[in-house]
Amino acid sequence: MPNNKKMYDKGKVVAGLIIFGVLITFPLWYNHLKVAPAPEPKLVGKAAKAGQECIEPKSFMKAEHMLVLDIWRDTVVRSAKRVYVNESGKEFEMSLTNTCLDCHTEKAEFCDKCHNYALVLPYCWDCHIDPKEKM
Amino acid sequence: MESSRRSFLKIAGISALGLGAKPVLDVFASTEEHTEALKPETRKGEDVLKAKRWALVIDTRKFESEEDLKPMIEACHKIHNVPKLENKRHEIKWIWTEEFKHTFPTQEHEFLDDRVKHLLFLTLCNHCEKPACVRVCPTKATFKREDGIVLMDFHRCIGCRFCMAACPYGSRSFNFRDPRPFIEERNPKFPTRMKGVVEKCNFCVERLAVGELPACVEASNGALTCGDLDDPKSEVRELLRSNFTIRRKPALGTGPSVFYIV
Ligand code: HEC
Ligand code: HEC
Ligand code: HEC
Repeated sequence: MPNNKKMYDKGKVVAGLIIFGVLITFPLWYNHLKVAPAPEPKLVGKAAKAGQECIEPKSFMKAEHMLVLDIWRDTVVRSAKRVYVNESGKEFEMSLTNTCLDCHTEKAEFCDKCHNYALVLPYCWDCHIDPKEKM
Repeated sequence: MESSRRSFLKIAGISALGLGAKPVLDVFASTEEHTEALKPETRKGEDVLKAKRWALVIDTRKFESEEDLKPMIEACHKIHNVPKLENKRHEIKWIWTEEFKHTFPTQEHEFLDDRVKHLLFLTLCNHCEKPACVRVCPTKATFKREDGIVLMDFHRCIGCRFCMAACPYGSRSFNFRDPRPFIEERNPKFPTRMKGVVEKCNFCVERLAVGELPACVEASNGALTCGDLDDPKSEVRELLRSNFTIRRKPALGTGPSVFYIV
């Protein structure tokens, strides 16, 4: 076996490797220079009025609103109950359009802004209607 | 020397596993905490209309022509955002009309009286006592409620259409297309459906929940009556006692809850 340690075309190979390394890490350093800021969900419409509260505490809603909606739809459709009573005894009709969107009237500014940032694409709006949206 | 290196590596490995598992355990701990925080209390509304077994009696003597049936169909299709698709194969219907020979095929003969021969009959989901659609649904999207209403949970429908094959009354329609462009005037309070799901009459459960009668009953000028089949004093039982009624395809054993006074 010939002991051939010579590397052919060393310059081209090394340059190629460097270019490859730069390209493959492009998303990493590109994003470090420009981090997209998390949107602060804007309270607009009826929900923005003073003294309004969400159906549950804000921190809970932020983390668990999908769970709330999941419970709501099962309870309404499968258990035939439509009234929700929260911790402080306040009552709400369990409805995505008629309750959530009645307060959060600007779905595009509120729900969608946050979802777009987090790349969550709920399919609910294929059926449930955003009254603001033209069909 | 060799063996102490082995044991060192083993201990290091196990410790690394332990450290790695901590965040996972934290996640489990926190989700538990969150779900515990929600102790929802839910109940029915105060005005809810209740029954042990809902039924509908259709007095066909009160109808003379197709015009008389239109208000009921329109009322239903309007509040439920039922699209108007002209193509028969794509048509969506919750409540519609059929001739006698298609409504009651086993009762048809060539010497039917003129009235019945030319009359159109209102047809809709029969909310059967033993619904074939419920038996075949692989996801339990179609189910029978405690009060006898056969309901669809659209969130579970995968569009397999077994229910359509099973239903002997043609009460179900499939959304071959996105229905939204074909809804003339939408009702934002009630969801539409989407391409790929089956749909049918829901006995207006959303109206019963707030103390309103089904839309077709309300629009019928007294020709349609709904009530509790289990309550001997109910209006439907009174009608059934005092009139001869028939049901669609009774020999199939599905036990329809829609009765026709012919
Ligand atoms: C009675 C009006 C009202 C209703 C009904 C309502 N919300 Fe809210 N919601 C609010 C208000 C007001 C806030 C802001 C609370 C705060 O800042 O303390 C809020 C906050 C939230 C937040 C947190 C936003 C953030 O800043 O992180 C989410 C998520 C949310 N709501 C979702 C929902 C969903 C989903 C529903 C239906 C299940 C719903 N809301 C129903 C009024 C309402
Ligand atoms: C503070 C940001 C924020 C706001 C505001 C917000 N959401 Fe969300 N939502 C999320 C995130 C993040 C998820 C994904 C959570 C996950 O996947 O665990 C989510 C998930 C959901 C889901 C489940 C989607 C799925 O495919 O499983 C639904 C439904 C939903 N949101 C409805 C709403 C509605 C309705 C509103 C407005 C009333 C709203 N959200 C407002 C952040 C938000
Ligand atoms: C295929 C159509 C369809 C899709 C998709 C859909 N829904 Fe529904 N949903 C319905 C229908 C129909 C009802 C029954 C309405 C009634 O009886 O009042 C309903 C009822 C509900 C209800 C209770 C009643 C109300 O007015 O809101 C909730 C809550 C709900 N859905 C949440 C969701 C959520 C969250 C999603 C997305 C993750 C979703 N739905 C997706 C069709 C759909």
